[in-house]
Amino acid sequence: MLAYSLKRLVLAFLVVLTVSGITFTLTNAAIDPAKALAGESATAGDIEAIRKAYGFDRSYLVQYFDWLGGALTGEFGESFRMRRPVATLLAERLPVTMTLGLCALAFALLVSIPLGVVAALKPNSGVDRVALSISVLGQALPTFWFALMMIILFGVVLRWLPISGSDTWLHFVMPSIALGYYATPAFMRLTRAGMIEVLASDYIRTARAKGLRAPTVLFKHALRNAIIPVVSLAAVQFGFMLGGSVVIETIFALHGVGFLAWESISRSDIPVVQAIVLLISLFYIVLTLLADLLNAYLDPRIRVA
Amino acid sequence: MSAILEVENLRVEIPVATGTLVPVRGISFSVQRGETLCIVGESGCGKSLTSLSIMNLLPKRAKRTADRLRLGGADLQTMDERTMSDIRGDRMAMIFQEPMTSLNPAYTVGNQLEEAFLRHRKASRREARERAVFLLEKVGISAAASRLGQYPHQLSGGLRQRVMIAMALMCEPELIIADEPTTALDVTIQAQILHLLASLQRELQMGVMLITHDLGIVARVADRVAVMYAGEIVETGTVHEVFSRPLHPYTQGLLRCIPVPGKTRRGAHLGSIPGVVPALFGDPTQCNFANRCEHAVPACTAGPVPLTGLGEGRGYRCVLPVETCIANQARPVAA
Amino acid sequence: MSTSTVIGPGRLSPGQMLAPTPGALLRRRVFGHRSLMFGIIVLGLMLLMAFGAWFIAPHDPYAQSLATRRMPPIWHAWFWDDPKATWDHVLGTDKVGRDYLSRLIYGARISLLIGVATMLLSGIIGTTLGVLAGYFGGRVDLVVTFLITTRLSMPVVLVALAVVALYGSSLEVVILVLGFLLWDRFAVVMRSVTMQARSLDYVTAAQAIGCSTSYIVVREILPNILNSLVVVATVEMANAILLEAALSFLGLGVQPPLPSWGLMLSEAKEDMFFSPWMITLPGICLFMLVLSINLLGDGVRDVTAPENRN
Repeated sequence: MLAYSLKRLVLAFLVVLTVSGITFTLTNAAIDPAKALAGESATAGDIEAIRKAYGFDRSYLVQYFDWLGGALTGEFGESFRMRRPVATLLAERLPVTMTLGLCALAFALLVSIPLGVVAALKPNSGVDRVALSISVLGQALPTFWFALMMIILFGVVLRWLPISGSDTWLHFVMPSIALGYYATPAFMRLTRAGMIEVLASDYIRTARAKGLRAPTVLFKHALRNAIIPVVSLAAVQFGFMLGGSVVIETIFALHGVGFLAWESISRSDIPVVQAIVLLISLFYIVLTLLADLLNAYLDPRIRVA
Repeated sequence: MSAILEVENLRVEIPVATGTLVPVRGISFSVQRGETLCIVGESGCGKSLTSLSIMNLLPKRAKRTADRLRLGGADLQTMDERTMSDIRGDRMAMIFQEPMTSLNPAYTVGNQLEEAFLRHRKASRREARERAVFLLEKVGISAAASRLGQYPHQLSGGLRQRVMIAMALMCEPELIIADEPTTALDVTIQAQILHLLASLQRELQMGVMLITHDLGIVARVADRVAVMYAGEIVETGTVHEVFSRPLHPYTQGLLRCIPVPGKTRRGAHLGSIPGVVPALFGDPTQCNFANRCEHAVPACTAGPVPLTGLGEGRGYRCVLPVETCIANQARPVAA
Repeated sequence: MSTSTVIGPGRLSPGQMLAPTPGALLRRRVFGHRSLMFGIIVLGLMLLMAFGAWFIAPHDPYAQSLATRRMPPIWHAWFWDDPKATWDHVLGTDKVGRDYLSRLIYGARISLLIGVATMLLSGIIGTTLGVLAGYFGGRVDLVVTFLITTRLSMPVVLVALAVVALYGSSLEVVILVLGFLLWDRFAVVMRSVTMQARSLDYVTAAQAIGCSTSYIVVREILPNILNSLVVVATVEMANAILLEAALSFLGLGVQPPLPSWGLMLSEAKEDMFFSPWMITLPGICLFMLVLSINLLGDGVRDVTAPENRN
């Protein structure tokens, strides 16, 4: 177990290193940071001066390790556009994105797990077919278009919910649904398949032979085991949701990391873009690690092995 | 002696794409207090479905009917699922064939033992815990208290089956149904488990319905035997009668398959019954064993064969008279 | 002595006598599969729209006209007696007076082009890596697994947005970026399928009679993993189409005046409150196209592996 954990950690570290290298190369090769920083009205002399002052004239590798060293200590440099430390900007925006991601995940799980359970209890029944149809249709729905349709319906026609901003919890309702629904089909199929398999297992028969009531059999004995793979998927999906928040936050003008990413990308604010890509990758890597640990907690067979 | 379990004309039907399977075709038997009834037969003859249908744990598609199905006077047929679940684990309990997979991997042994007790008794967690420790010790598990915190995967197959037995005993049931409880275990462990079951039964005066395909087990623990073939009981009687004077050609064939130390010559042919169990669609129209029987006569295929009762629970399902059957047994196996 | 009913030729019904050929069985399964048929028909219509756009489209999709700006679709004339709605522009016009129907028809070209091109590019990258890893195992497998893990940890939308924005957005760049970002599923599936196929008897037999590695991969393994390949290909094609639409919607994908459905949605954003149909129609097109591709993939999986259906 220890050797395995160590191997996972080394792998995770190498992945972080590679991702950071790719991010740094891709962003720095695209445009001249000195030009971007100097602005459109700058003269050739200004640009040269900036290049020297910010160290853009140093060799590529030196710049990379300088940046990576800073990143490791939480120092991502300064935003070209806002002239403020990137770390501060991120710290301001992160809570909104985290809230959005968690709400979206909660929405997805709250919808998909009950649906999956009900579908599994009566395979090929009406409920099962409806759940399956919803998942097929949902998978084909473009996220951003779904968000727009919700804005038209709930924001404009019915006037139930605010359509932009991040002031109250009501502002998070539509964005969470828009971000979360895309993960529901996967969760639902996994829950359904897991429940069908578990319900046919010997230990469920044992539980029924003990005379346990149906809800105890279903929730204590069946769901607990069927849910284990869903936990792994939830961690991965949460990572994807943080990445996907750029589209949703832009549509709903939620001032989170995603919105910041879009602003910075459209204005070539390279230090911010680099930091966000690295941060979200890091989140994903940590989340998958956590998912493994959580799995070990839920499945005692892994825990002790 | 009073009957704990009475079963009369029990049938199980499973609709499939090509018709209706009838894997249990109208069987009748009873289990008395303090008695072990062994149901013997090869795999696929309907033994397990019989036990599951008594517990009302059949797969959803399967349908159960019976003229009489009573546990200690209570009619199991008219019971709804809720009342039935009150009885399961309390007045009758079941031990399954697969100890490796019959315990929930996500919960500790203690948790799974205690929940059986807490479900049927008004008891505190501590009382349930004490009961669990008591029974684990009773089924011969050392350091019982510390086992409670362990997970099933940390135990060997033999230990898990002991846990399953302890679990079945949590509420002191009147009837225990054990479905091939030792098939998945090593031979040495098998003997221990059987010995344990037998001594617990004597001590607690339970009725035991033991399902097995192993005649060696039957000889050791049974009081009475019911031999099943293709969903029907083909012979019943006390273990002594059935073993010393088997009437049905199938029983005779089964008994010829086991070597007897001191009697079977080294190098001698052990018997075997050629052919396989027929598919169990619809009701029998003839003797099911006729196509594998070495003594078959035209009457065998003329119509369904009824169970001929000989009094005191002795019975056999064959068209031949008792005398012929006894004579057949002495005849050497046809080459 | 046999007691079972005698089965002779005389007892067989004509249907049993003529056992269906494998091809007929497959046809029966395909035509009996309703969602697969739906997928095939809708995708067929989309392809027809894409290839026959110049013939079907009633107007030039780029022709602007100040006189016909923001005309509503024809049903506005039916339900709300809107005199501006005419048969000339059945689905109305956008904010610069371009015929919406024509733009939607031409838009199918862009979505399908992006979908197919991305799927081919990512398919080539992913399949190559996956088959290599699955066939050789060992260090090759370790490297490929590392590449897959790295790729998975990079947020697709964000990286695609950043690269497209920094390197200039055009159809070609979008295809290249998505192609290089969506190969992971191909690699994962092909790796495991190849591993399975490799251990099968016929591959061992081919090795035993001295066939070369490339011969074995191309002649023995590839045909056997084609089913999985088709299923993954449809998933990734749908994925690419949705991503392109999202990029274009954020203004960082395909550039105007190309009639990309995502871009049409982006351009209609400011009109969404007063002309909701402008946003509804391209979305429905996207939805139908992606749905048909997904149904095709699911259907192919069902039909080729009927034992896997639940």
